Amino acid sequence: MDPAVLADLTRKAREIRRTILTMIHRANSGHPGGSLSAVEIVVALYYHLMRHDPRDPRRPDRDRFILSKGHCAPVLYAVLADCGYFPKEDLETFRRPGSHLQGHPAQHKTPGVEASTGTLGLGLSTGLGMALAAKLRRQLHYYYILCGDGELQEGQVWEAAMFGRKYALDNVIAFIDRNYLQTDGHTEQVMPLDPLAAKWRAFDWNTYEIDGHNLEAIIETVRHARSVRGRPAMIVARTTKGKGVSFMEDDAGWHGKPPTREEYERAMKELEGGV
Amino acid sequence: MEFRQTRQGYVDALIELARENPLIVVLDADVAKATRTVEFETAFPERFFNCGVQEGNMISVAAGLALEGFIPFATTFGVFASCRAADQVRNSVAYSKLNVKIAATHCGISTGGDGASHQANEDIAIMRSFPNMTVLVPGDYEEARQATRAAAAFSGPVYLRLGRDTYPVVEEIHGPFEIGKAKPLAAGRDVTIITTGIMASEGLQAVELLAREGISAELLHMPTVKPLDEQAILDSARRTGAVVTAEEHSIIGGLGEAVAACLAERCPALLRRVGVRDVFGESGMAQELLTLYGLRASNIAAAACELLGAKRQSGRTP
Repeated sequence: MDPAVLADLTRKAREIRRTILTMIHRANSGHPGGSLSAVEIVVALYYHLMRHDPRDPRRPDRDRFILSKGHCAPVLYAVLADCGYFPKEDLETFRRPGSHLQGHPAQHKTPGVEASTGTLGLGLSTGLGMALAAKLRRQLHYYYILCGDGELQEGQVWEAAMFGRKYALDNVIAFIDRNYLQTDGHTEQVMPLDPLAAKWRAFDWNTYEIDGHNLEAIIETVRHARSVRGRPAMIVARTTKGKGVSFMEDDAGWHGKPPTREEYERAMKELEGGV
Repeated sequence: MEFRQTRQGYVDALIELARENPLIVVLDADVAKATRTVEFETAFPERFFNCGVQEGNMISVAAGLALEGFIPFATTFGVFASCRAADQVRNSVAYSKLNVKIAATHCGISTGGDGASHQANEDIAIMRSFPNMTVLVPGDYEEARQATRAAAAFSGPVYLRLGRDTYPVVEEIHGPFEIGKAKPLAAGRDVTIITTGIMASEGLQAVELLAREGISAELLHMPTVKPLDEQAILDSARRTGAVVTAEEHSIIGGLGEAVAACLAERCPALLRRVGVRDVFGESGMAQELLTLYGLRASNIAAAACELLGAKRQSGRTP
């Protein structure tokens, strides 16, 4: 992969992390941990892999992104604003009355948001329904769906796993942000998910396991997934919750807690460093 | 008297609609033979999706299809559509006002032999509490056909309530169907009867029973429970001052409470609700259960007589 492109994406990821923290700090409310762990996945998609046009958010042949782990709305809003779907100043209104930027994504309010999510376990099904529609119309665009790992404890996800395979929705490339932490602690203590990739293989999805902070790995894996016909793809992306901010990393306490002013300033300083 | 199924009216309309509109698609959750969508599957196999026993996934998938411009009719039994999939109906469908039609068969006590687990008596209450939701409760085969066509033509989420049993064909309710509009079936002075769903035929019989006692009853049929035709209710209640509602549903949260709220706020009137009395049902033949749970013309007439007694005793006119 072109090192210059990779350097640009890496810079972009750091910039998005700063935006996420600023939004959550200003709102004094939101979910930093899972937003930070998903940054490389969302950046690789919007700045490199997806065909999309912020000037025409509804164009029929666009690739679609669905954030099933809706509480991580800050990472999506930061990227959508940066791409130009809406003014960056809007980010200052996150979680405020009258804002189109709700605590969880609202399709009918925010340009570029493809599906309303927030109640965990619903987004994969919605994305599969959208992908089925594209199959009925013989359209060739892709559906990228990002699930949380804690979210997989919802039974509906496994209903969707069966559905996606039955209808051979190979226009779906899904990710699991596998950071091993959920609200109440470590996933394997709260409700074990491992062996996670084996579960998706057992449901006959085209399954990958990658480092979810490695932009090159994300890009290469998605390219490979596009070449496999007849089955949807699931990329189990190993990540670190709170990635990029030393005191937030791997700490379930940062699932849904905003940083104080001191913490925010410390985090921003950490994220100023070079590539 | 001719008897037909409301679910058959639904599926017959679906097949007509699919011929007219390529965007109509149907989903079912392993009850296609019971809901009759199997007939749609035979006619349009490429536009029918059996989701297996997964009602929650089915509703969210339907939301996805609607986001891409299709008009999905997600079909299952009322208990599953309203209780099991309430989360998906609220968050995947209603919140973004998506164009999903939720067709619920086997609603009400007349589901019969399967017993309480399968008798949806709370579904209207659940569905009408969601913002953006329209709730249609047709009264017979033909009105179910009309309601299905109206739902397809309407942009937004619709809950369409259907039954399992055969129900009387009621010529009187076959006038033009307009979402949100009551159908006046009889004019009267003393009391207003308001019915929804299959209670229309019982309401008509109650009007006759009351006439024999010299009581002049007005009858409004409401195939739309939400949005409620408040104007029709108020116009009638202002004249009669006494209202009896009748529904094959719990008295909690259904038509009766919707009418009660409307009257209490805008035109206080005496009210009695005929419906299932905050109890679970049980197994039995549909027709015997309707009698056992007090959902007959005689129950409506008795409630009306009681109201008129109360009206005389209180000595007040509205």
